[in-house]
Amino acid sequence: MYKILHKEVLSDVTKLLVVAAPAVARKARAGQFVIVRIDEQGERIPLTVADYDREAGTITIIFQEVGKTTMQLGALEPGDELATFVGPLGHPTEIENYGAVVCVGGGVGIAPMYPIARALKEAGNTVLSIIGARTRNLLFWEDKMRAVSDELIVCTDDGSYGRKALVPEPLKELLEQRGGEITRVWAIGPAIMMKFVSLATQPYQVKTIVSLNTIMIDGAGMCGGCRVLLEEGAQFVCVDGPEFDGHKVNWDNLLARQQFYREQEQQAVREWEHKCRLEGALEKGGA
Amino acid sequence: MTELTQRDRLQIPRQEMPAQAPLVRRGNFDEVALGFTEEMARQEAQRCLQCARPHCVEGCPVGVLIPEFILALRNGDMVGAVRAMKVKNGLPAICGRVCPQEVQCEVRCVLARQGEPVAIGRLERFVGDYELARRMCPLERHPATGKQVAVVGSGPAGLTCAVDVAREGHKVTVFESLHSAGGVLVYGIPEFRLPKRVVHGEIDYAAECLGIETRTDHVIGRIFTLSELLEEYDAIFMGTGAGLPSFMRIPGINYNGVMSANEFLTRVNLMKGYRFPEYDTPVKVGKRVAVIGAGNVAMDSARCSLRLQTLQAQQDGGEPGEVHIVYRRSPAEVPARVEEFHHAEEEGIIFDFLTNPVEILGGEKGNVCGMRCIRMELGEPDESGRRRPVAIAGSEFEMAVDTVIFALGTSPNPLVFVDAEGLERAKHGTVVADQETGRTTMPRVWAGGDVVTGAATVVSAMGAGKAAAADINRFLRGESEPW
Repeated sequence: MYKILHKEVLSDVTKLLVVAAPAVARKARAGQFVIVRIDEQGERIPLTVADYDREAGTITIIFQEVGKTTMQLGALEPGDELATFVGPLGHPTEIENYGAVVCVGGGVGIAPMYPIARALKEAGNTVLSIIGARTRNLLFWEDKMRAVSDELIVCTDDGSYGRKALVPEPLKELLEQRGGEITRVWAIGPAIMMKFVSLATQPYQVKTIVSLNTIMIDGAGMCGGCRVLLEEGAQFVCVDGPEFDGHKVNWDNLLARQQFYREQEQQAVREWEHKCRLEGALEKGGA
Repeated sequence: MTELTQRDRLQIPRQEMPAQAPLVRRGNFDEVALGFTEEMARQEAQRCLQCARPHCVEGCPVGVLIPEFILALRNGDMVGAVRAMKVKNGLPAICGRVCPQEVQCEVRCVLARQGEPVAIGRLERFVGDYELARRMCPLERHPATGKQVAVVGSGPAGLTCAVDVAREGHKVTVFESLHSAGGVLVYGIPEFRLPKRVVHGEIDYAAECLGIETRTDHVIGRIFTLSELLEEYDAIFMGTGAGLPSFMRIPGINYNGVMSANEFLTRVNLMKGYRFPEYDTPVKVGKRVAVIGAGNVAMDSARCSLRLQTLQAQQDGGEPGEVHIVYRRSPAEVPARVEEFHHAEEEGIIFDFLTNPVEILGGEKGNVCGMRCIRMELGEPDESGRRRPVAIAGSEFEMAVDTVIFALGTSPNPLVFVDAEGLERAKHGTVVADQETGRTTMPRVWAGGDVVTGAATVVSAMGAGKAAAADINRFLRGESEPW
């Protein structure tokens, strides 16, 4: 069992957990992920490492409550334990001094973007960062991103904070203004955002690295449920990724595959919310 | 009871295995074969002629003392039967259920020449279950040696090796990448063929007796490398199996509804997807399922699909649908265990022999809607000795399917080889290891089971785990040459 040591509520639906997993923390690097399972009945879900502390022996995960498992995870408190916490999985980000790079974090993707931006900064890169979310209260870690970036652009889809824009927009401007300088772009966020970031950078032929979060079970190459179509054929996100060249990803296939269990996912959410309401009512009744 | 004559024994018919009726069992995940009663087991044991030179034992990869355990069983000496069994096999309730006895021990039984062989597998299962329920003869271990052995992988090879090494008094730690020990026994083989309480029961019992520590959630190659383990342990056994699924190189394999048997079976078995939403992991099959391949994994996938369809139909009142096994060779080449093939036929799986997919077709929302196939005929024998299937020109046709499950064999997972310098591998990614001893080219590292042979059977992996354990024990006693 893996104990939750600390929790932060970053927004109504975005939570941060610090989990005790010393052996995982010893090896974890930016870009890698863990597989989490809450309890015996739980499913296994991949979550990208948002931070690690080798001395404290902890891994930080950040997630948005979008389904039953993430809702249940968000309801846990320090002292609670997770049944499964496997990692570090996948290849770490290839950190080098590339010159000037752009780090784009969308929504909950800001979390895994942070350690990569930090590592790139430490490696001597000029780090230009863009973070965005649908609306103000879904944004987090602006201060942390600012601390590791030479420039930071913040935007929201609805204009409730920062610039009113989708992240590809300021990205295109950066590429227009400083095209020759920028040699690499990272983008982490919802698949649809990564698709449009990749489309935006394509005309400039700037290598664009995306970190894919697909459906997985084991996370170590066994099930193949995570396969993604690249120009050269199918690859496994868990062992060949999770980072890929965004210009080679077949985004439509990726987006379709994410919808495969949609009906069951909705059913699980309905039953979870029903159960929570019942328990809430019982507690009220008891008090 | 007066002693029977040989003639009396030959008169006794082979005892049938009680089983759930096909129409009932296709609607549940409970065990199909229900097991012998004590009376049936005693009766079946009477059939054994106690050959002076028992050929059955020669066919067993772990060399179970077959006549000895059967004799004790027939004399009503259950403790004796369990003891005789455990000399060579620490996991009899598992082997009795999943070994292909018809090509190992039973095919060599002297009775098989003129009639039906002694049902050795069913008797083994009976003895195993009897002991699991009563725990009469715990495995014993020698005094602690102070030596430490790491076993990577908790499937049949790793478990067998762990048991035999721990019996010698060495401290054994088993590393498992998933959250539950058992490897293919828990993620691959379905509940209706090998109940998980049996697997966990056998593993926990052995581990408790022998002080074996199991560390789940440990992906070796990531959390620790083999080289790092060598710093802490005196010896390592790799029983990491063949966990990497293969897909055909045909167009359309990434449509929704196309999956590996590994994914499908893991969702059903390890994650208990058939109990969704009580368990969180969903699993989905459509009304027309095609399983590609005809090995045990294909049979398991087909039979799980059928059960899911039936349960779904019971819930929504619709038609259950169809499950096809699509195989490029003929019935004679089916590699599955005979009993599984029969059970699949009885349950209503449709077999499309001499048929090979050439393209998977997609429709709305990127979902599978069909499969283009070609008819095959058998040509000259290939290197495997089986007649090679050859496509018949112009015989292409379309099959309407909404789910495609690839059960085409698996290869070793390369993750474990990260930084494993000096560990030689063969062309299909398997580890090169000495057949007798399991020694690899990396000092103090042994390997056995599917990681060496490629996908094979549970019991051959157990045999390899056993052979390696013997050599590890010799090595740790200082009785054998170092590398």
